[in-house]
Order: sequence, then C-alpha cells, then structure tokens
Amino acid sequence: MPDVKKVLVRVRVNGEAREAEVEPRTLLVEFLREHLNLTGTHVGCDTSYCGACTVILNGRTVKSCTLFAPMADGGEITTVEGLSKDGKLHPIQEAFAECHGLQCGYCTPGLLLSTLQLLKKYSRPTDGQIRKGIAGNTCRCTGYQNIFKSIRMAAAEMEKR
Amino acid sequence: MYAAPFSYHRAASLQEAVKLLQELGEDARLIAGGQSLIPLMKMRMARPTALIDINFVSELGDIRTPKGELHIGALVRHADLEHSAAGATIPLLHDCAAGIADVQVRNQGTIGGSLAEADPSGDWGTALLALDTSVICFGPGGQRTVPLEDFIKDAYTTVLAHDEIVTALHVKLPLKGSGGAHLAFKRCAPVYPTASASVQVTIEDGSMCKDARIILGCVGLTAIRAKEAEAALRGKTLEEKNIRTAADAARAAADPQSDMRGSADYKRILVGALVKRAIGIAARRARGESVEAGHEYAGR
Repeated sequence: MPDVKKVLVRVRVNGEAREAEVEPRTLLVEFLREHLNLTGTHVGCDTSYCGACTVILNGRTVKSCTLFAPMADGGEITTVEGLSKDGKLHPIQEAFAECHGLQCGYCTPGLLLSTLQLLKKYSRPTDGQIRKGIAGNTCRCTGYQNIFKSIRMAAAEMEKR
Repeated sequence: MYAAPFSYHRAASLQEAVKLLQELGEDARLIAGGQSLIPLMKMRMARPTALIDINFVSELGDIRTPKGELHIGALVRHADLEHSAAGATIPLLHDCAAGIADVQVRNQGTIGGSLAEADPSGDWGTALLALDTSVICFGPGGQRTVPLEDFIKDAYTTVLAHDEIVTALHVKLPLKGSGGAHLAFKRCAPVYPTASASVQVTIEDGSMCKDARIILGCVGLTAIRAKEAEAALRGKTLEEKNIRTAADAARAAADPQSDMRGSADYKRILVGALVKRAIGIAARRARGESVEAGHEYAGR
C-alpha cells in the first residue's frame, strides 16, 4: 500500500476561497460535490465522455471526472452554482428554461458551462460553432434542437446587455 | 470510480521530476493533462503507486519559433495549438489540434503526454510524423534529441527511460510551396478516430510533386509511413491517376485490426479515401489556397 498521505487542495470556487484535505485520488468532481458540498456539478458517465461534470477551471472548461483534485490546486473554478447572481438566473439559464433546452436536467450543468465558454469565444456562434462547442456534452433527452435554440437565444440576450 | 490509491508528488522543476522518478521507482508515473492516464487509472488498467505532477513546472508550456523551427513545450494543451499562430502557419497542426476529442479534453490534454503515451489511435504521433519532428527528452544524463520516427517503438511503447521526460517537440517549418493536411474520421466527438491520414506535399511549377510524406493512423500498432504511396507521387504531377495509385498503395500499407470502430476491411478502405482527400487538400494548400479540413464525424 503506497503512502496515501492526504493533500491540502486550495481553490477559489465561484469567487470564494475553499479548501479541503483529501486523498490524492479524489477526483475534482468528488472534491466539489462531497468535500465542498457543491452538488450542482453532476457525475454522468464517469468515463470522460458525457460532459455532465464540466466545470470552468482557470477560464477553460474541463471534465471534472478526469482530473485529480490536487491538479487543480490554486485554481479558479466556476460551477453551475456560480452562474446566478443575487437570486437571478444567468441569461443562459433563462434561455434554457424558456426554450425547453432540458428535460431531465442531468446534463444541464455541464451544458450551461460549455455554453458560457462558447459565447465568450463567439458572441453570435454559427450552428457549426455551436455543434463543435458542445460536442463534449451529451444529452439523451432533448435531441439537441432546443439546446441550439437556447444557445442562440442566450447569445442574443447577452449581446443586448 | 476511484483509482487505486497512490501518493501524490508535485514537481517544481524538471530536475525535481527526474529525481522523484528515480526515488519512487518503476511504479511511479508522471501526470500532465491526465486525459489518457486518469481514465486508465479509474478502470484500474493502470495502477501507479505514485504520481508526479508536472503541471506546475513552468518552463514546459510555451510555443515559440526560433529560426526555421517551431518549439512546442510538452505541456502545451491541444487547445493552445488550436488557437496559436503556429497552427495558422502549419495548417496540418491546426487540423489535428482542433479535432482531438472535444473542447474539454483539448483544454486539458497535452501534446507531450499524447506522444509519450504512444496510443496507436492517438492523433499527434500520426500528424507530426508528416513533418520533420524531433522529441526533446530530459533525464539524469541531461538532454537528448530523438527523431520522432525513432521515438515510438510500438503500441504504448517509446524509447523513454523510466527516469526520462519529454520536454518539447521541435518541428521544422515547411518550405514555401509545401502544404499538408491531417484528416481523421470519428464516430462522434469524444472518441478516438477510426482511421486518420496525414499528408505533407511540396510542389514545384504548380503541380509537380517534389516531395511527399504520407502517414496512416489508427491502422497499425504505431503510425505507418506509407513509403510506396509517397513514391507514387514523388517527381510526378498531382493528377487524379497518380493520386489514386498513391491511395491504393496506402491501403496496401495499412495493417488494421477489426474492433468496435469497424472491420479491418472497412478501415483499409477508409484510410485510402482519407489519403486521397488529404493529398488533394495538401496540394491546394501548397499552392497557397486556404482550405478548412480536419476531423470528420459520421453522419455529417
């Protein structure tokens, strides 16, 4: 048995400094859910395929099921809990609700964050750019049509503000 | 899923990483992006007892162009290359970088890790072989430079010693009149390609092929250099008939295995079609045309 001494992981999550001592094999998604009690980030396939666990780490989306928590030490993380401000939904969340961009909602936290990164890159993405931007997020309910609608609506709304 | 327990060590420098590899022994492994290693560890197909994290080594993440050469640090993420000026200068690099897996994996996975992993389905081992690429390695004896064709020995096997680290890749900038393309066919975004082809051609007088490099991916235990396909183009005009001969030779050079991505016969046909298309795109780019290309998905 190797020496599995716990490691202190310090991060900023949604603007707040958080830390916990964890076993090195703790995945970032487990760190967020089980150690920081931020259960908005979902574990979907747990094999780096579906993207339900997507969070933003240092300005880039990553699959938090495919990162050991100590690798994110010192990082700045945005989870789905960080999207709404003062009890008001983020325009991307509003658009997904408005356009029925979700049914069961399991994939939604990841899709919202992938959309946020996509719209930072392209304020008015083409369908091709949307397709490529959310290629790492699987939804088994919607058939994606309403997700595309939601992203287009969010883009238009965010441009106005 | 939980990986088997391991101890975690963070290296602050290359020297420290090498020292840790020596101290911790054969069951220790380096971790960079982790996009191959972590899934393997979660499935318990890899059980290192110690991980040495090199993500915090600062000197490994840059892309620069010292004279005539492109320097790509081992920790450069696929997404860094996708959005780099180097990707714009050498379109083949952009084709490859922009199509690996999906956004999230490209944001995290590294080019050095991909080569050191030497997965037969990996993209970089195929793409970079179409260019003149050297792998810079650092170990207890200092630095050595290994041509990429000598670096990957077999599936998942490189010439790296246990206490050696890939620090960078050096790619010779293609000459004027040279163009390339990396095409890969995937069933969906997050998976490895079913087959891929990387082609770099140098053209004289509009359509005379002065030189050609044709590499096949995912159809053998390592990337395959299709030398007979190259010979079918060298010194000839890039017309339909010669391109077809080259594609046939590429098909013959492929050594695919049947698996869940397709039968061996299917992959052989596919890789020939990719070669044919890649030669066409490479030739247009060699003439200065701007052409979009890269990974293609089934059903699109």
